[in-house]
Amino acid sequence: MIKAILIFNNHGKPRLIRFYQYFAEDMQQQIIRETFHLVSKRDDNVCNFLEGGSLIGGSDYKLIYRHYATLYFVFCVDSSESELGILDLIQVFVETLDKCFENVCELDLIFHMDKVHYILQEVVMGGMVLETNMNEIVAQVEVQNRMEKSEVSDVKQGL
Amino acid sequence: MALKIVKGSIDRMFDKNLQDLVRGIRNHKEDEAKYISTCIDEIKQELKQDNIAVKANAVCKLTYLQMLGYDVSWAAFNIVEVMSSSKFTYKRIGYLAASQCFHESTDVIMLTTNQIRKDLSSPNQYDTGVALTGLSCFVTPDLARDLANDIMTLMSHTKPYIRKKAVLIMYKVFLKYPESLRPAFPRLKEKLEDPDPGVQSAAVNVICELARRNPKNYLSLAPLFFKLMTSSTNNWVLIKIIKLFGALTPLEPRLGKKLIEPLTNLIHSTSAMSLLYECVNTVIAVLISLSSGMPNHSASIQLCVQKLRILIEDSDQNLKYLGLLAMSKILKTHPKSVQSHKDLILQCLDDKDESIRLRALDLLYGMVSKKNLMEIVKKLMLHVDKAEGTTYRDELLTKIIDICSQSNYQYITNFEWYISILVELTRLEGTRHGHLIASQMLDVAIRVKAIRAFAVAQMATLLDNAHLLTGNMQRNGICEVLYAAAWICGEFSEHLENPIQTLEAMLRPKVATLPGHIQAVYVQNAAKLFATVLKGQEGNTDSTAAQETSQLMIDRLPLFVQSANLEVQERASCILQLVKYIQKLQQKDVEVAEEVSALFAGELNPVAPKAQKKVPVPEGLDLDAWINEPPSESESEDEQPKAIFAKEEPKHSRPRHTEVDEKELARRREARKQEQANNPFYIKASPSSQKVYQDTPGVEHIPVVQIDLSVPLKVPGMPMSDQYVKLEEERRQKERAEKKKKEKKKRKEKRSGRGKKQDSGPESEEDITPAHMVDIVTEEMPENALPSDDDDKDPNDPHKALDIDLDKPLADSEKLPVRSHRAAESLKSPAEDGDVESAAIHAPKKKNGKEKREKKKDKDSDRKKSKEEKKKKKHKHEEKEEDLLGGQAEEPAVQSEETNEVAAPPTSTSAEEAPTVAAAEAAPVPKVASGTAPNSEPDEPKDTEMEETKSSKHKKKKQKKEKEEKEKKKKKKHHHHHHHSDGGGEESVQNGTVEDEEPLPPMSNYCLLAENSYIKMMMEDADQVCDIQGNLQDGSQVVVSVIFENKCDSFLKSMEFNVLDSLNSKLQRPEGSGPHDGLTVPFQLPPGVSNEARFVFTVQSIVMPQKLKGTLTFIVKNEDSSTHEKLDFKLHFTCTSYLITTPCYSDAFAKLLESGDLKGSSVRLEGVNMPFHHLLARICFHHHFSVVERIDSCASMYSRSIQGHHVCLLVKTSGQTVSIDAKCDEPTLLGNVLDEIKQTFSQC
Repeated sequence: MIKAILIFNNHGKPRLIRFYQYFAEDMQQQIIRETFHLVSKRDDNVCNFLEGGSLIGGSDYKLIYRHYATLYFVFCVDSSESELGILDLIQVFVETLDKCFENVCELDLIFHMDKVHYILQEVVMGGMVLETNMNEIVAQVEVQNRMEKSEVSDVKQGL
Repeated sequence: MALKIVKGSIDRMFDKNLQDLVRGIRNHKEDEAKYISTCIDEIKQELKQDNIAVKANAVCKLTYLQMLGYDVSWAAFNIVEVMSSSKFTYKRIGYLAASQCFHESTDVIMLTTNQIRKDLSSPNQYDTGVALTGLSCFVTPDLARDLANDIMTLMSHTKPYIRKKAVLIMYKVFLKYPESLRPAFPRLKEKLEDPDPGVQSAAVNVICELARRNPKNYLSLAPLFFKLMTSSTNNWVLIKIIKLFGALTPLEPRLGKKLIEPLTNLIHSTSAMSLLYECVNTVIAVLISLSSGMPNHSASIQLCVQKLRILIEDSDQNLKYLGLLAMSKILKTHPKSVQSHKDLILQCLDDKDESIRLRALDLLYGMVSKKNLMEIVKKLMLHVDKAEGTTYRDELLTKIIDICSQSNYQYITNFEWYISILVELTRLEGTRHGHLIASQMLDVAIRVKAIRAFAVAQMATLLDNAHLLTGNMQRNGICEVLYAAAWICGEFSEHLENPIQTLEAMLRPKVATLPGHIQAVYVQNAAKLFATVLKGQEGNTDSTAAQETSQLMIDRLPLFVQSANLEVQERASCILQLVKYIQKLQQKDVEVAEEVSALFAGELNPVAPKAQKKVPVPEGLDLDAWINEPPSESESEDEQPKAIFAKEEPKHSRPRHTEVDEKELARRREARKQEQANNPFYIKASPSSQKVYQDTPGVEHIPVVQIDLSVPLKVPGMPMSDQYVKLEEERRQKERAEKKKKEKKKRKEKRSGRGKKQDSGPESEEDITPAHMVDIVTEEMPENALPSDDDDKDPNDPHKALDIDLDKPLADSEKLPVRSHRAAESLKSPAEDGDVESAAIHAPKKKNGKEKREKKKDKDSDRKKSKEEKKKKKHKHEEKEEDLLGGQAEEPAVQSEETNEVAAPPTSTSAEEAPTVAAAEAAPVPKVASGTAPNSEPDEPKDTEMEETKSSKHKKKKQKKEKEEKEKKKKKKHHHHHHHSDGGGEESVQNGTVEDEEPLPPMSNYCLLAENSYIKMMMEDADQVCDIQGNLQDGSQVVVSVIFENKCDSFLKSMEFNVLDSLNSKLQRPEGSGPHDGLTVPFQLPPGVSNEARFVFTVQSIVMPQKLKGTLTFIVKNEDSSTHEKLDFKLHFTCTSYLITTPCYSDAFAKLLESGDLKGSSVRLEGVNMPFHHLLARICFHHHFSVVERIDSCASMYSRSIQGHHVCLLVKTSGQTVSIDAKCDEPTLLGNVLDEIKQTFSQC
């Protein structure tokens, strides 16, 4: 199970948070800070797995993260997930973002948090991996975006 | 109305959208908080508007603010509103917000049940998908129970997109509602072979999660998974399956043997590192499980270890990490094969990556031997010095202690070394493991008798330098070691070289700043020391020394008597009085030392941690039986303080083992001399130097013997423990040399070549003899301890509830709860007969977001109570259903509910509970033989109404209105009225606002149908349900719930219900029966019992009210005779009963009125003297309308018939006159409905 997915930038500013287990808002912020603290002090050439986050999970959980340019993508998972598998999944997720936003950069995530969420929803659901095939994910996201567009134009025509 | 829409859209153009908000926040970096608070104010304004687009935009912005840490739960109700929008765009925003901020205690979740159910069955797969995704994040036990069946249906949806989501969410449902696992499992298993790979993967995912916690229940799936493993090409699926096999193999070794081959094939064929790694991992698991039975697998283990070594040596840090991780799995069972890679692992300890260092630390645990322990610990101590973060340092500390203390200190050959390591560890600042060090010190000092003298000397120094440790006063901080130090010095004080000095150190004023439990130990052990000191001093001729010591105690103890800590205070005052008494005796020259030491005499042995638990209960002792009458509940508070004292166990029994082992002493002296000789820095103490106290700057240079030089003993880079390492090496060398000599002698004698191997090879474990003849005292256990090793599983683990046998055939009682009307719809499947209770339990209270907090709390606690009752009741239901289903197979049209009034808990009517609560429980209400007002649940239908009012413009969609099992208190003389009216106030509900007025009186739709001396029939105002398939024109059905109540003392059986069909309305009979056959009522009635049955009618035209004549025949059976009886009744189907509460938005309502298709009519009611909101509530409840909008004393209402007629009302009130203007596309229906409304109000 995936317990949480956090995306924040090099300064620890959250760009997307998705907890699959309830934490109050202040606790969520604390977790983000702690995770950022743990992750940010690591060099780029060390391993992508990290233990010792005390706030989330406990001994069975570990943080698996990837660092892309200005953004950290952190997944907090338990031992039922394959470590290398989750690393691949992060890659899939980022590549999907890249396709959907056409050369994704941090600004896309800043201004379209909702859309990033919708994409993530097609990848992970309730803490479990839903789909790993990028084409399938992109296709579903696009259909839904088209539906949204048609509804918006309906409203405009209605006026 | 149209203007309003336009206005809303114009407003929207000026609203900030999410991008504007983000931009704004970025432009206000200096006063971000202030800017956001103004934004929140704007959002609050936007949420107040009717326009759903504006609301959705506001909710979207809230989701963003939630990410920044703002609590947005206040908008939960608005989120629900947006979720129920008919537009996908808004719905998606709503569900996203809900999934980010809803959780189990969000109370509006209760309102979402119907909305989610509607979305789940939406024809648009993305509506369903969005609902499933949202639900997966905030599913509660209630939602899980109510929706389990709907989700299970979706597992067979035509679209794989929905199927895979439905399959995945089932795991969440199982967690929240474990009863659903067995009924859903067969279908879940089917999905393992779904044609769509995504669905298959989801099913594998869910089963793997389940099997991980309770693997034994899933062993039977192994063949299926085996097939999947060999056929699937999806790496994700393969990884999951292989991980699952890793969990299954320990339970079934035969499985392991089969696995090896395909797994090795995969290892060779796959290019995916992730898959390869998991394969290696599972092969390891297999080998471990196999080798426990067969020893000749060590070769394979070696192979795996070799492979892992390659991983660890890889330059990719990730692989290095994983290699170490897998290595630690082998370590548990095959430590020897890992030990040969010690070099590699020690190398990893120096890695720059903390994750890798931590993993290597784990492995060290199994690497140590007598030979290398000191070396490894020395290395770790170096790391401790270097470590920056406290987390890693603490981890190191615990690992050092773990490694040294494992298997009863098996690998420690020199305890002086270990004690000095522990003392060195006390230098760690800010550690959270002071307690751990302290307990080690105590443990070693108590259990290793030989080390006590050394330990005492070290502890005395620690106490002397206590000021260095007290910087960190926090709980579990390093000051905890003083607890151990004080205790050891007191307990084994006979070993102290200078007890007076230590006594003085323990009574320093600074001690009073230590935590209470440590002070308590100080005081108690000061007394022990005092006894020892006296003993030494009384032997002397000078008695003044002894008196001085007593005076010291008397001077210093009052400080502790004033302590705020009770324990300290009590001990100090006891001891103070004792010392005063002793002083008196001393002044009379009485020898007291013997008697004072007798106070602390006695041997103290360690007790095994589980000892108490293992004492068997003596025969005939019942621990649960009360010895005295149970105390009243209010006294329970008194028990709390006990826990406070339990922590600080008093240490009474004093082992006084003064007989110092002569041999031991000699040996120690020897060792010390040797050590001194070997230590170039050691300077021999002059005999006079003993009492000079050296104020040294650090604990690290704790001297073994007091010396009088100001040169610090510490040599930089050479901590104390190192001398022991050296010493130990030398000792071993010496031993080896001696052995060699012996060997040589032997060889000379024997002249055989065999000895060569022995001394040329490296030193083996057995060769090393411990420096001390260590006598490790074992822990005491009760004599006849039980051997049980009950593991301490967490009883709160949600997965425990899922430990369910899945192979057992499914019993009918386990069927998932289905809402009752669904059962009526799907007449062909009586098995789906459901648990109406679920709806009742879930019956949301009519609560709005803005409701007063207090009320919520009250209701919440009430709800808890009622839930408990319902659980009981539900259980009852399920039992009953089992026989019902058996007996009822041929009569699918009959639904039955048991309502056992006799057995009903009387609490539901207890005076404290508000009437609404009693009603909302829908719990059976005991009969009250008086003319009280009927009591039923008014909450539920209104909820539906309220919730749905907000829900959407889904005019064309069928609404399924749930009906609950309803009860009423008997009202004997009440005839054939449709509706009870019962004065008192009512509460009105209107989109999101609630007037805080008088509580709503209970209302009921049950009315008396017929009764005679034997039986009474009560009919519920017919409850309509549309056909599930949705053809409104010909699929209309009406469900009639009838409560049968046995009023006589005899048994009623063979009840048959028959109605004379009219052209328009027909009773639905099972296939094959004639149009005049009756329906058997599927239960019998013992005396005084009532039960409910449901009958389904098909109706063609609904514009006119109907009356149907019917007969109930039954057999009255008492002890000696049985007679046939019958009862005639008339069923009255009002037009109202064809209406369904349907929510409608004001803009849709406006469009509807403008369309011009509707014909108008009006009615005036005179003399209605009830508040307007009560009037509305009454119309809503009895006539199934919903409020569209209310402005002061004017309200628009909407309802829809089962055949799709729109009915619109405009209700106005002035004084006692109420005028209702109505519009409907079917004038006859409208006329009849209005007549019925008029009748309702004429009765009050």
